[in-house]
This record gives sequence, C-alpha cells and structure tokens, in this order.
Amino acid sequence: MIAGENLRGPAAQAIRTGNIMAESQSSGARRHSRPLSPHLQVYKPQLTSITSILHRFSGIALGLGLLYLVCWLVAAAQGMAAFDALQDFNGSVIGRLLLFGWSVAFFYHLLNGIRHLAWDAGFGFELPAAYRSGYAVLIGTGLLTIAAWVYAYFQMGVL
Amino acid sequence: MAGRDENALRSHLGRARGLGSAHEGLHHWWAQRLTALALIPLSLWFVASVVCMAGADYAAVSQWLSQPFTVGALSLTILAVFYHAVLGLQVVIEDYIHGKALKLVLLVGLQFAGFGLAAAAIVSLLVIAFAG
Ligand code: HEM
Repeated sequence: MIAGENLRGPAAQAIRTGNIMAESQSSGARRHSRPLSPHLQVYKPQLTSITSILHRFSGIALGLGLLYLVCWLVAAAQGMAAFDALQDFNGSVIGRLLLFGWSVAFFYHLLNGIRHLAWDAGFGFELPAAYRSGYAVLIGTGLLTIAAWVYAYFQMGVL
Repeated sequence: MAGRDENALRSHLGRARGLGSAHEGLHHWWAQRLTALALIPLSLWFVASVVCMAGADYAAVSQWLSQPFTVGALSLTILAVFYHAVLGLQVVIEDYIHGKALKLVLLVGLQFAGFGLAAAAIVSLLVIAFAG
C-alpha cells in the first residue's frame, strides 16, 4: 500500500511525491514520504482540531471531578456534619466556580462523546457534517449548562 | 507495504527493533466506546438528579441515596465512569509522558487510584443505604 494513494488534491500529491519532507530533508541523503503529524506551532487552529483537544481537556477535568464526587459520597456516608461542611464549600464562590466548570466540561464531553460515537459508527465524518456537528456541540453545551444552572437556582428559590 | 520502504508508515528503526502491536488496542478501544455508550444515560441521570436536588439538606440527599434504584444505578455509573476514565487517562499519560520510569509510576498509580476510588464510592453508597 502506498500512503495516500486513495487521497486526492495537492496534499495527497505531496505525500505521493515526497514533497512534504523535501524542504527539511533536502540536505540529507534520503527523502521520506511518510505523512506527518501536524506541527502544532504552525498548524492553523480549526473547529475540528479545537473540539478534539477540548474533548481531551474536558475528559481530564472530569477525571478530577471524580475525586470530588468520591469526597461527596464519603462525606455523606460519614454523617451530617461532614456532609454539611462539604455542602457549605459547594455554596462558596470557589465551590460554585468548580461546579460550574465541571458542568461545562460534562455537557461538552457528553455531547462531543456522542459525536465521536457517531463517527465510530460511520456517520457524519464528511467535513461539512463534522463542522455542523461541531457547532451543534458548542451551542448545545451552552444551552444545557444554562438550563442546568437556571433550574438549580430556581430549585433553591433564588430565581 | 512490502517493497515500498520509502512510503511505509513504520520507520526503519521501528522495523529493525521489530516491536509491533501488543494486540491490546482493540479491547481498549472497544471498552472505551462501550463505557461511553453506557454513560450517556447513566451520567445524564446522575447529573439531572443532582441538579434537581440543588439546595437539598442531608436528610433529603441521604434518603435519595438509599433508595434501591439509586444504589443500583449509581453503582453502575461508578463502575462505568471509573473504567472509562482510567482507559482515557491511560492514553493521555502514554501520549505525553515519555520517561520510562515516570510513565510506569503514573500508569500503575492510575490503575490503583481508579480501583481504590471506585471501591470507596461504592462502600460509601452501601454504608448510606444500610447503615445510615
Ligand atoms: C463523566 C465522566 C467522564 C470522564 C471522567 C471521562 C473521561 C474521558 C477521558 C480522560 C477520555 C480520554 C480523552 C483523550 O484521550 O483525549 C475520554 C474519552 C472519551 N469519552 Fe469520556 N469521560 C466521561 C464521560 C463520557 C461520556 C458521558 C461519554 C458519552 C458519550 C464519553 C465519551 C467518550 C468517548 C467517545 C471518548 C473517546 C474519544 C476519542 O476517541 O479520543 N465520555 N473520556
């Protein structure tokens, strides 16, 4: 199999002819024509690459959130004093900021995760569809986050 | 790939070392998707429940936590989410940590933390349900 043999356009042409490495390798004896990973300092940010790295960031943030979830359950198991202390922290400015951050990360990771699963099942991987679903994930994250917080404050009688 | 050295995706060094796949990738990939699929309803249920309990006191929360449905569904959520998070964070460590010793320490620590925290969560849940 030749790398890029089923691709079209100038990039594929470059892969086939080995021009990708031509510049950096021109002094060396050999030319490699393997496709390269994007070089992040010169790679133009695009919706697709941004949503991809946000999936990783939100996954890491949610991993930290799991530590907090365990603290919450352990506190609840310990009794009212421990539980109330944690709830007091939840109500503080830092506590609310943390919870807000985790809620954004959760809704984003959930929606973009569904996008990933659709891709894995073979749907929506064409570029226009990937852009449309990318915008849908961002807008959906905003809407679900706002809905959750409005409902929570409504529940507490603040709104 | 045979005969097309210049276009092969494996480097000459990789080829000479003869280190190939450990044949664990598919299971990892599949388990990550399976847990993700399970987490769509489970995590939504949990987050929606917590949002609906905003401002609730200890009595209300522990009452909710000790209902049989909550114990069952939350146990499943905990198992799925820790499995999913450990698989995901393992890849993050493998991608960014290149020192052999540090990588090993982090990967072992991740596994221990995942199992330990999941156990702490489930034991807490049982304590609330049966001893609370
Ligand atoms: C709420 C707790 C969750 C945590 C802590 C978590 C954590 C993670 C982490 C750390 C990764 C690895 C990211 C990477 O390699 O860049 C990941 C990947 C993934 N997550 Fe989650 N996740 C959670 C929930 C979900 C949910 C609810 C879904 C539902 C669809 C989901 C779908 C996915 C998918 C499909 C991937 C693989 C993405 C890829 O191929 O790179 N996750 N998750």
